[in-house]
Formats: sequence, C-alpha cells, structure tokens
Amino acid sequence: MTASNEPAAVPLSEAHLESVAPHADRAPSYLSAGHTLRSWLLTQDHKRIAVLYLISISLFFVIGGLAAGAVRVELIKPRGTFMSSELYNRMFTLHGVVMIFFFLIPAIPAILGNFLVPLMVGARDLAFPRLNLLSWYLYSAGGLLAITAALTGGVDTGWTFYTPYSTFYSNSQVTMTIAGAFIAGFSSIATGINFIVTIHKMRAPGLTWFRLPLFIWAHYATSIIIVLGTPVVAITLLLVVAERVAHIGVFDPRYGGDPVLFQHLFWFYSHPAVYIMILPAMGVISEVISCFARKRVFGYHFVAGSSMAIAVLGFLVWGHHMFVSGQSMYAGMVFSFLSFLVAIPSAVKVFNWTATIYKGSVSFDAPMLFAFCFIGLFLIGGLTGLFLASLATDVHLTHTYFVVAHFHYVMVGGAISAYFAGLHFWWPKITGRMYPEGPARLTAVILFMGFHLTFLPQFVMGFVGMPRRYHYYPPEFQTMHILSTAGATVMAVAYLLPVVYLLWSLRYGKRATANPWGATGLEWTVPSPPPTHNFDTVPVVTGEPYGYDEADAPLPVTDSVVSATMQATGGKTPGGTA
Amino acid sequence: MDIPLLPQQASSFAVEVDAIYFVLWALTIFFSLAVMAVMLGLAYRYRRGSNVDRSRPVHADLRVELLWTGIPLLLGLAVFAWSAKLYARTRIPPPDAMQIYVIGKRWMWQVQHSNGVRENAELHLPVGKNVLLTMISQDVIHSFFVPAFRVKHDVLPGAYTRLWFRPTRVGKYRLFCSQYCGTQHSQMDGWVTVMEPDDFERWLANEGEKTATTQMNMVDAGKAIYDRMACGSCHATRDAETSAPRQRGGSLYGLYGSLVKLKGGGTVRADEDYLRESIMRPNARIVEGYWPIMPSYEGQLTEEQTLQVIAYLKSLGSAGGEEGPAKSASAASVAARGARP
Repeated sequence: MTASNEPAAVPLSEAHLESVAPHADRAPSYLSAGHTLRSWLLTQDHKRIAVLYLISISLFFVIGGLAAGAVRVELIKPRGTFMSSELYNRMFTLHGVVMIFFFLIPAIPAILGNFLVPLMVGARDLAFPRLNLLSWYLYSAGGLLAITAALTGGVDTGWTFYTPYSTFYSNSQVTMTIAGAFIAGFSSIATGINFIVTIHKMRAPGLTWFRLPLFIWAHYATSIIIVLGTPVVAITLLLVVAERVAHIGVFDPRYGGDPVLFQHLFWFYSHPAVYIMILPAMGVISEVISCFARKRVFGYHFVAGSSMAIAVLGFLVWGHHMFVSGQSMYAGMVFSFLSFLVAIPSAVKVFNWTATIYKGSVSFDAPMLFAFCFIGLFLIGGLTGLFLASLATDVHLTHTYFVVAHFHYVMVGGAISAYFAGLHFWWPKITGRMYPEGPARLTAVILFMGFHLTFLPQFVMGFVGMPRRYHYYPPEFQTMHILSTAGATVMAVAYLLPVVYLLWSLRYGKRATANPWGATGLEWTVPSPPPTHNFDTVPVVTGEPYGYDEADAPLPVTDSVVSATMQATGGKTPGGTA
Repeated sequence: MDIPLLPQQASSFAVEVDAIYFVLWALTIFFSLAVMAVMLGLAYRYRRGSNVDRSRPVHADLRVELLWTGIPLLLGLAVFAWSAKLYARTRIPPPDAMQIYVIGKRWMWQVQHSNGVRENAELHLPVGKNVLLTMISQDVIHSFFVPAFRVKHDVLPGAYTRLWFRPTRVGKYRLFCSQYCGTQHSQMDGWVTVMEPDDFERWLANEGEKTATTQMNMVDAGKAIYDRMACGSCHATRDAETSAPRQRGGSLYGLYGSLVKLKGGGTVRADEDYLRESIMRPNARIVEGYWPIMPSYEGQLTEEQTLQVIAYLKSLGSAGGEEGPAKSASAASVAARGARP
C-alpha cells in the first residue's frame, strides 16, 4: 500500500504535534469534563461509559471470585467443610453465572473495546452514543436482577440451565436469574452493533481495513458473533421460562418436549460465546506483543483472517458439547471434525506472535509479561481442548474436572491474563497515571504460578474420573482438591495486588505522557487521558499499522519515511518506558 | 493415602482410549514447551539493548504460514480419525451383548437384569462378556459414568439411550452420575462389581432366589402388566390372529425390529424407542390402516414397567428371525433360571 493516493500526511503530523504539546490550550480531559454524579450517569462519552463498565464489571468479578473461593474452601474435605449441598450447588452456579455473563463476556469488549475502538479508528465516539449508555444500564439491570436472585434464594441449575431440571425440578430462582442474563444479553447486542457500525462507517481517512489494528479486527469478529449468537440464547432462555412458568412444552418430555433440543440451542450460542471471551483477548495480545517487541505483527493478514475464521467456524462446533448426550453418532463425527478445524486459526495466531518477536527489540514490561502468561496458559488451554474435540477421549473426559481445568485455562488463564495485559497497557491512557512496574510484574508471575497450581491437579482428577459439580467426592481425590485450593489462594493474591496498586496509582502514580510505551496506534497520538472529543482534528492515516520499524528508525528521518509511518510515537524516545 | 494419578483399565476400550489420551498429552506438552521455549528464547536473544543482528526483519511469509497451518492440521486430522473410529466402535453394540436395564432417578441408579433381579446403586457383571445397558431417566437428565471402563452416556427422560462395553478385569469400580441433577447429585454414585462368569451366575441365581416369590423375570412381569392393562383386547400377540379383520390395534407378534408402515407415508423401525413412544404417546406415529384411538399410558406405567412390557413384546419374536438382542436377552434369562439349583 502506498501513500500516494492518500491525503497528504503533513496536516496530520502538525495536528499530532500540537495535540501532544504539554499544557496546550485545549479541551480538558474526559475525566475532568464534569465531576457530578449526573455527569457520569448520563454521559454519552464512550470513555466514561468504559469507566462505568470497569467499575461495575470489577464488582461482579469480586462477587464471582468470592463464590469461587467459597467453592474451593468447601472442597478441601470430601464431605464438605461448611456448606449444605443446596448451598454448594447455588454457590458454583453463582460463580458460573456471574463470571460468564457479567465478567468474561463483557470484560474486554465493554471496558477496553468501548474505550479504544473509537480512538483506534480515529473517531470521536462510537456510532450510537446513547445506545452505548443504554447498554451499560441494561448490563447493570441484568446484573442487579442476577444478584437479587442470588440473595433471595439463589439458583442451583449451574450456569448451563439444562432442561428439564431448570424448567420443572429446580426449586430456586431460575426465572429471575434467566431474566438477568436475558437483559444483559441485550447490552452485549447493543455493544456489538455499535462496534460493527463504528468500524464500518467511522474509520479515519486512509484507515483501510488492512490498516486496522488487530485489536479492531478481533472486536469486529467478536461483534459479529455477539449480534448473531446472543438472540438465539435469548430466545432459548425465554423458552425455558415459558415452560417453567406456563408449562408450554418445548424441552420437557412430559409436555412432549425434547431435553436435548435445549442443549443444541444453548450451545449454539454458548460455544461461540467462548470466542466472545477469547477473541478480544487475542486482539489485546497482538497489540501488546507488537509494541514490546517493537515490531510489526508477523503475518498481519493471517492474524486478522484467523479472527474471522474463528468467528465463522465457531458457529459450527457446538455439538462437541453433546457427544454423550444422545445426539447421533454421525453428528458427533461432523462436530468433532469441525472442532479440530477451529483449533487451527488459534494455533496460527500463536505461531505468528512468536515470529513477531524474531528480530524484535523486546522489553519485559508488565503488559508483556501478562502477554507471555496468556500464551503459556492459552497453549495448554487450547491444546487440551483437542482432548474434548476428539470423540473417544471426550466420552471419558466430558462432565469431569478435565473439562473444568480446560475451560479455566482458556477463559481464566487466557482471557484474564490478556485482560490484565490490556488493562496495564492502556491504564496510562485511561487514567493518565502510571502504575508501579514492580508489583505489576510480580502479579504476572504470581498469577502464572497460582494458576497452574490450581488447575493442573484438575486435569489429573478429571482423567481419574472426578465428576464436576460434585459437593461430596470420594476420598482418593482429596489431595488434588487441596492442591487446587492452595493454588486458588495464590491466585487470589494475584487478583488483590492489582486492586491495591492500581487504586494507589490513581492518586500517587506518575503522570503519564501521551505515549509512555512509544506505541503506534491512533489512541497514542492523543493526550493521556484523552479529551472528551478524542481528536482535535480528524487524523489521516497514510501507512500500515504497527510501524515500529519506521518509528524506531534512527534520526534524522526522511520525509518519505514519516509519511509512510501510520502514526508517530507521541514525541517520546522510542523504546522508552516509564 | 493412595493418590490415584491414572484410572484403572477395566474394559476393552480403556487401553485404546488411554493411547489416544497420552498421544494428545505428548502433542500438548511438545507444542506448549516448544512454542514457549522458542518465544522466550527469541525474547531473550532479542531483548532490548542486546547486540544482535536485526537487519532485514521479516513481516510475512506465505510458506511459513502454510507450513504452520498444514502441520497442525494434519496431526489434528490424524487424531480425529483415530478417535472417531474408536468412538464408532463404542457406539455400535455387538449383537450378542447381554442386556441390562438401567433407570436413573434423583438420586439413585436402579438396575434390572433380564431375569428380574434388581439392584440399587450397584451393578454386577460377568468379566469378558459384552454388556448392553438400555437406560432411561424418570426425571431429569443423568449420566452413567464408569471411569474404569472409559464409558459414559447421558440418561434422558422420555427416550432410551444405550451404552455398551466389555469388562476385562474382575474388581469393584466406581459408578458416578456425571450430569448435574440437583441437590444430591454427588451422592448418586455406586459400584460396579465385575465377577468371574461362574461367580456371576451364582450371584444372579442367588439374588433371584432371594426375591423369587415376588419377582418375575422381565418378560413374565411384562406379560402380567400386558394382561392387567388388557392390551390384548385390541392387540393380537399370536400370528394367527394377525389376519383377523376386527382388531382395533396392530398385531404385536414379530413386531420388534420390523419395518412399520406409517399413516401418511414413511416407515419406522419398531425398536425400543418406537415401542415406548407408541405406549406413551400412541398418536405420535400411527400405523397405516389404523385409527388414532389408543389411549396414552403416560403416567400409568413407571419406566420400569414400560421396560418390562417392551421386554415382553420383544419376546414375541423379532423380525427376520435375526439373532437380535431380544432373543439373547430371553436366552440369558432362561439360562439364569436354569442355573438355579
């Protein structure tokens, strides 16, 4: 791609230099654009909405984490330590419902995506700011309903709501919990639509599809899954409520329904939902690795294309959750085959990230350590997925702790490591403050070790035969459960540390420059924190993304190099960190 | 305390499932370590400030992309094919399998052998013999899981599911319900006891003796229900009566396993699922030439009684005279009775 047919680059670099000049006479940052509660709760600024999401999603993470802690403590002894079976079942359901619907699905898109998508495409906001605000209210309403359900008796179906247990037998707050998940689903849909329209229609001049950051590609793929998949689960959950409340027979054979139908409908969304959780994480990793290796992402087109491949193939593999559920043997074989295929795009991403480091200039800042942490855990998470895509081994391993370990490696090891990588990477941009580097690196190390200690024993237990969702268990599994609980304690430290030092940094952290990492990307051309309208002048993009080679080229640079660079690096010495 | 790191291998599937399992672990460990080693090695070599050659960096290479797409794909498809082939074996029961009926209910497993012997939360089996479980749930979805056999299948309400295996080692193995089924899900467990064939025959006869006064074999129990419900007032059970024009219901003689023509076109194989459906929801699929007048027996028969009626229907002969499960089941029950002193 040449710059010849693009608008001249000169106005951009002028605007850009102006925008990063300290104490420039300009609009205040989005954080100081109003201090009243009203200015936050009625804001239409995507950045403020991202902060609202950050606060509320963090609260749900605390709730889900406490429930996980309670479950792990309960499992120290084979016959339980302090809970009844009723309470235990409600506790693991609370953990699953909160973590899936109110943490993992929205975490990266609604916080980092909301904040960054407009900045990265050079827009002043998302396409539909009011819809964006509505999405946060829907999320909060759904969350409040789910918490109310938990406080008024809880729900004991597991986050999967399998029928006919959920439609007839469960004597718990199924309807209210489902209402919460249903409403939160619309918040997802609103965010997805906003991203799709923004990415299609509001890219800055010169920002062609293949100049988009891979974070944007990942969020685009995610949004497509959200918009296509979420309505299906919404309808499915409605049908559960219809059968439960009005006895309209859909899933319960006593009313002429088919219980396996529910599993088809549920996993049609809920398997792609796994990719809603992991694709944005992969987008973060592409940005972070490229920046801290100071090199363009290797095989950009393949990494971008693999996100789209995952989004498409991800819709065709739901039946691998049902190899022992009574679906036909031949259906099982087709789903198994497709599941092996969907593993390939993920592998392609990992290989490309590795190749990115080759001939790079690597620094080991906290976001990069979290990214390594992601790859180490995601590799095992992804590869153990093959055990479950493979038919004969799945028959033995499904419904056991092996599955639990596998999806925690992907969704906790993978998604949360990447969320932390992104949160640290963009923390200076979001808050205008630097976090302390030492504790952050320590957190990455603790997270990695605590994670393995928690979930490696679960692979062993699962293979030996320990079923999941068991309150009481045979005594021979106790040692592995104790190891797992010990690991969870270590992980808890890795979750508490960032709370402490990130909050500390809000007051005492060093003030961040516009571009503390010397990163490329339009979001780094505006001050930290950005002004409400993001860009004083519309930026013009004239080159490929991740122009680190050009950005790091020894001075003086020729004009032609400058114009070939997508974005300058914020007036800071390349490679420098705070 | 004994900490098991591997499950026991007690069925004909166990060794091969484990082979796939360990090959997958070998691939997992190899790729994880290789990628991490290369990544961290490169990161160290190209750490900022290190004095190495960084000239002519590469940003894309189609050959490399194809290579690292192709190799994992081929490896993956090889594992897929191997595993799918084994899976097909686990899903297609051999014709000589000994039939046992399993009912899952919250929160207990109920087993009935074809000679009528019942057990709760236990299953006794002879070693070296193919076993076919026909399973149904009385309430929610359960899942019958014996880790030592590497087999598992969900047990559904309203439809039969099947599971077969061949125990290869005498011993006592854990049985779990592995599909979450409510409050006491984790207590819906039990034991599978695999015995020498002689011991098993003795056990079966002995258990049959204990309950002989109240217990009939499944076929007889089914016939008793058939008579009590007066099924015979509409249906015929002998070949000669089939041609009788005034029968309101179809003949049941030789029905099992035959192809039935349906009203409005199409045919259906009269297997256990079809027989169950025709008892519970007779109007779902009407046989050609008959009216939808049969009442539903849903709620009137327990799952156990339904299985007994079906066992009786199967004893009325099966289509084509093949050596089907029905015959071997009744043969087994005869054998079991014959073994009594």
